[in-house]
Amino acid sequence: MKFLREKIDKIKPHFTEGGRFSKLRSVFEGFETFLFVPDTVTFRGAHIRDSIDLKRTMTVVLVALMPALLFGMWNTGYQHFRSVGVEAGFLQMFLFGLVKLLPLIIVTYVTGLGIEFIAAQIRGHEINEGFLVSGMLIPLIVPIDIPLWMLALATAFAVILGKEVFGGTGMNVLNPALTARAFLFFSYPGWMSGDKVWIEGLTQGKNVVDGFSGATPLGLLAQNQGDLLPSFRDMFIGTIPGSVGETSTLAILIGAFILIVTGIGSWKIMLSTLGGAVFMGLIFNAIGANPYMEVPFYYHLVMGGFAFGLVFMATDPVTASQTETGKWIYGFMIGLLSILIRVVNPAYPEGVMLAILLMNVFAPLIDYYVVQANIKRRLKRAAVALNTNVR
Amino acid sequence: MSTPEKEPLLSAKNLKLLTSPVGKNNPITVQVLGICSALAVTVKLKPALVMALSVTIVVAVSNVVISALRSRIPDRIRIIVQLVVIATLVIIVDQVLKAYAFDVSKQLSVFVGLIITNCILMGRLEAFAMSNSPWKSFLDGLGNGAGYGLILIIVGFFRELLGSGTVMGYPVIQKLGLYSAGYENNGMMILPPMALILVGLIIWVQRSRDKSLIENK
Repeated sequence: MKFLREKIDKIKPHFTEGGRFSKLRSVFEGFETFLFVPDTVTFRGAHIRDSIDLKRTMTVVLVALMPALLFGMWNTGYQHFRSVGVEAGFLQMFLFGLVKLLPLIIVTYVTGLGIEFIAAQIRGHEINEGFLVSGMLIPLIVPIDIPLWMLALATAFAVILGKEVFGGTGMNVLNPALTARAFLFFSYPGWMSGDKVWIEGLTQGKNVVDGFSGATPLGLLAQNQGDLLPSFRDMFIGTIPGSVGETSTLAILIGAFILIVTGIGSWKIMLSTLGGAVFMGLIFNAIGANPYMEVPFYYHLVMGGFAFGLVFMATDPVTASQTETGKWIYGFMIGLLSILIRVVNPAYPEGVMLAILLMNVFAPLIDYYVVQANIKRRLKRAAVALNTNVR
Repeated sequence: MSTPEKEPLLSAKNLKLLTSPVGKNNPITVQVLGICSALAVTVKLKPALVMALSVTIVVAVSNVVISALRSRIPDRIRIIVQLVVIATLVIIVDQVLKAYAFDVSKQLSVFVGLIITNCILMGRLEAFAMSNSPWKSFLDGLGNGAGYGLILIIVGFFRELLGSGTVMGYPVIQKLGLYSAGYENNGMMILPPMALILVGLIIWVQRSRDKSLIENK
């Protein structure tokens, strides 16, 4: 460690103002603070210092994503071998998924971080770590068969138009990972829905077992084939076709546990989103006008990307409501809208993506009214106190 | 009339009337007028071109007519008079399109009729034609039509190329053999939100090239 510190201190002058590589200052800073706790101190006023900074926060989220990622790798292999009807062992399935998923992760990171680095140099900012999480989220919410160039394009779109034009990490209105997914969904719907893209090799028409269908639970329901739905247990554990990281509610719950225990993810948003979804699901169960509405409400919680969106997207601290009361409203509306969009408009099977993006836009408005209501209440209290004093 | 000293027809000042709306004072990207039609008719380049041409003709001619009548129009009913002139011209353009370019006219559908409500027209009449000579108003109309048209053509070009893979109906992408290389058309380009994003990108490029357009906070 000491050796590393000395090396870094030795090359540091080159990167300061007027040095040979002063243009790459923020790149250097990025790496230095990645390795060591920064030694810069505030020069006015006292600030409470905590060991949690943006980098540590992001690292915790990455750790929370690991169960879903690892399960996604295994499931990619499992679904593939199931579709071609070949027996395979656990390790074989896992390695197959690893090899298929790595290119997606690498392409996303290279594109996204590349743009972030360039943007940081142009603006003279330090490099923000925001993309560390987005870059892992994006491969987990796309089908495994997505062409890599589409993934790169969507990532670039999300980072530039979803984030950098608003001022970079912390200033974005929309969740970057979901922006990338929405871009793909509307640009290349053929690659983002249907019953082929979710399983490796199916789009290229590799030899498939007779009668095999790669449709996701939501896809089945949208086509009125609800009787083919997998069992609740399968959907909970996640041995179903779907986007890479969202199939296993169990793995996502482990992630949710990590986020809640460390205090990184807001349990209020998670709970209220769950509440909103259950509420809407119960209403549809009560109406029961078509087979889709009759699907038991608890099925909605394990189907599609609902659980993944709830734990990792809705709780994004930048795009969610900031006020505590606002979080309840924000989460509840996400849950409600997710199920509403899903059931009422099967053309958009993944309601949770649109619901979160929509509520991202409304979050500042919710905060505004919560703050205003608070000001009004306190003014009233002050007025009462004033009146009693005068008397 | 109002200009006693003889000014050459295309003096520097007059030329500026023609060029400034194309760049620094663009009706779409700077004044943010006429956005609605810019989103609606730019899925393909051809209707965008026809729309640009129609708007240019209507705004230039109505500017001349109103400018010629400006001292005779009672102030209180000027908006009605302006609307009558614009509506007449729009109906003429619509009929001409129906007669000679029926396909494009069908694609443009209601948006030709809606030129009447295009903010650029009323804006130019009120802001310029009511207080300037016919020749100057004509140049101003041409300039604003061209500025509007330029943005429409840029947006239409990219939306058609990336959304449908063609330019003016010619299958460019297919001829280049990109489809067999795995390329696919971008479905979002055909949807109106992408037109708004493209206009936003043009504004971005324009402002980064001309810093004087950036407002002070």
